[in-house]
Amino acid sequence: MKTTETPAPVPAESGATVSKVDTAARPQKKPKKEGGVLNAFSHGFLILWAFMVVMPLLWAVMTSFKDDSSIFSSPWALPDKLHFDNWARAWTDANMSDYFLNTILVVGGSLIGTLVLGSMAAYVLARFDFPGNRFIYYLFIGGMSFPIMLALVPLFYVVNNMGLLNTIHGLILVYIAYSLPFTVFFLHAFFRTLPTSVAEAAFVDGASHSRTFFQIMLPMAKPGLISVGIFNFLGQWNQYMLPTVLNTDPDKRVLTQGLVQLAASQGYKGDWSGLFAGLVMAMLPVLAAYIVFQRQVVQGLTAGALK
Amino acid sequence: MQHGKYRFIVGFLAVPLGLYALFVVWPFIQSIYYSFTDWTGLSPEFKMVGFDNYDRMFHDDIFWKSLWHSLLFALVLPLVTISLALFFAFMINVGGRRRRGGPVISGVRGSSFYKIVYFFPQVLSIAIVALLFAFAYNPDSGAINALFRGIGLDSLQPLWLGDPDLALWCVMAVLVWSTVGFFVVLFSAGMASIPADLYEAALLDGANRISTFFRITLPLLWDTVQSGWVYMGILALGAESFAVVQIMTTGPGGPDYSTTVMVLYVYQKAFRDGQAAYATTIGVALLVVTLAFAAIVMRLGRRERLEY
Repeated sequence: MKTTETPAPVPAESGATVSKVDTAARPQKKPKKEGGVLNAFSHGFLILWAFMVVMPLLWAVMTSFKDDSSIFSSPWALPDKLHFDNWARAWTDANMSDYFLNTILVVGGSLIGTLVLGSMAAYVLARFDFPGNRFIYYLFIGGMSFPIMLALVPLFYVVNNMGLLNTIHGLILVYIAYSLPFTVFFLHAFFRTLPTSVAEAAFVDGASHSRTFFQIMLPMAKPGLISVGIFNFLGQWNQYMLPTVLNTDPDKRVLTQGLVQLAASQGYKGDWSGLFAGLVMAMLPVLAAYIVFQRQVVQGLTAGALK
Repeated sequence: MQHGKYRFIVGFLAVPLGLYALFVVWPFIQSIYYSFTDWTGLSPEFKMVGFDNYDRMFHDDIFWKSLWHSLLFALVLPLVTISLALFFAFMINVGGRRRRGGPVISGVRGSSFYKIVYFFPQVLSIAIVALLFAFAYNPDSGAINALFRGIGLDSLQPLWLGDPDLALWCVMAVLVWSTVGFFVVLFSAGMASIPADLYEAALLDGANRISTFFRITLPLLWDTVQSGWVYMGILALGAESFAVVQIMTTGPGGPDYSTTVMVLYVYQKAFRDGQAAYATTIGVALLVVTLAFAAIVMRLGRRERLEY
């Protein structure tokens, strides 16, 4: 064991040297050989994976600006010129504008519904004692681990009998129902952590239960609502299985569905560049939103699994 | 706090619980009931047939194939994804060289950059990812084979999704690609909460990076790894595998049923073949597999909780 004060190399993985008294905040210039090799090796892997993540996305963006023949003849060549007409064609002829509108309507409606209904149920279950409380709570969170496909077969006929099949509002109701388990689970834990004294004070001052909830508790739960809201937004925006089963009307298609149908029908029309433009068009808003709200998105998506 | 309490509770719970019961709980119960009938889904008439559907299922070769593929998904995918993610997360958080005067434990340079980039696929829809890779895998004009040609591997031009032996692995690779980033970020958060003096002590005792990982990081992260494992397994048995297999492979279900998974088979039996009752039977089998998987992982992974 040796303590160094000189700018001697301090390889992290040798473990033989401990640099508690080192002062200069610079990486070493000459790491020991064994450490250097391991370092280069692991760092190489990190870079390689970053490359593997980014390449397919860049390839898609590049392809969306090419014409059809060069997509097939030379997949990796840069476009000869930027074919913006692909994007225009995708937006109008391939109905991307309709798919976007449908998705925004469905996700907008179901996100608001999920947050309102989910927080109401979670609040009551977290803060009030009544017979059946535990049962209802486990009924909700049980939905997280059950295979949704099992329920979808009868659900199709339930929705059909209610006249909600192939409607936007029907899809919204189903999205809300299937988002409730995680939302209730997450917000239940969140409401538990909030202090009871504030709500009690409001109640003593004469506020009703529902007024206490909407004016005191909901604002206090804002961080939790943002996390679970982001989680649900991405889940609902990217949802594929539910609309595939419950939404078969071509005019009501959401983005994911629309793109898959588009890919299937391109075999006849042969407009591959338009399809790629559509794909990139669907990817960019979410990626851009992620980069801007990076911290919140990561928190929202990992929060549930950390509990 | 008693005044009007029950009216309030009922008022707040009625709508969410009603919606949930109608669209989630009720269909689940119905589907178990339907698995004992001969309902086609096309007409409202059906009669009870006892265990006939289950008998048929046990003699259905395609069912056994789909079960085997689903089990592969549930075992191989979490194993590969979580191992890769643990490696990356450890490198990002603990793998950095010690800077002089800096903290004893530090991440590699650019650690936040890696975390941002690795997370990209997680925000994209699995349907879009599947479409993208379906093109990349195209044997003639896809990006992967073109890359092989470009670096002189002209003889190596696999059919990828068209090859019954390869198709399933191609599909799995896409799911690994899209989920590793999530676990890297998840494990990074877990690693950040491990106190630095534990690492310091290990370094003083002369531990290298590999034994630091197995003796300190992994045991203290075990709970997160375990719940991640269950989470990934449920995804791999359910919605995610449905999307990739249905979108990417021909049929769908691959050449010679080589990629058919249980969740896809349920969908096809119910909505393509008009055999709703039989579909729910396979769905019940999927439910059993999912619950058994979660129970086994929780049980195998149980160990003393480490306090720190």
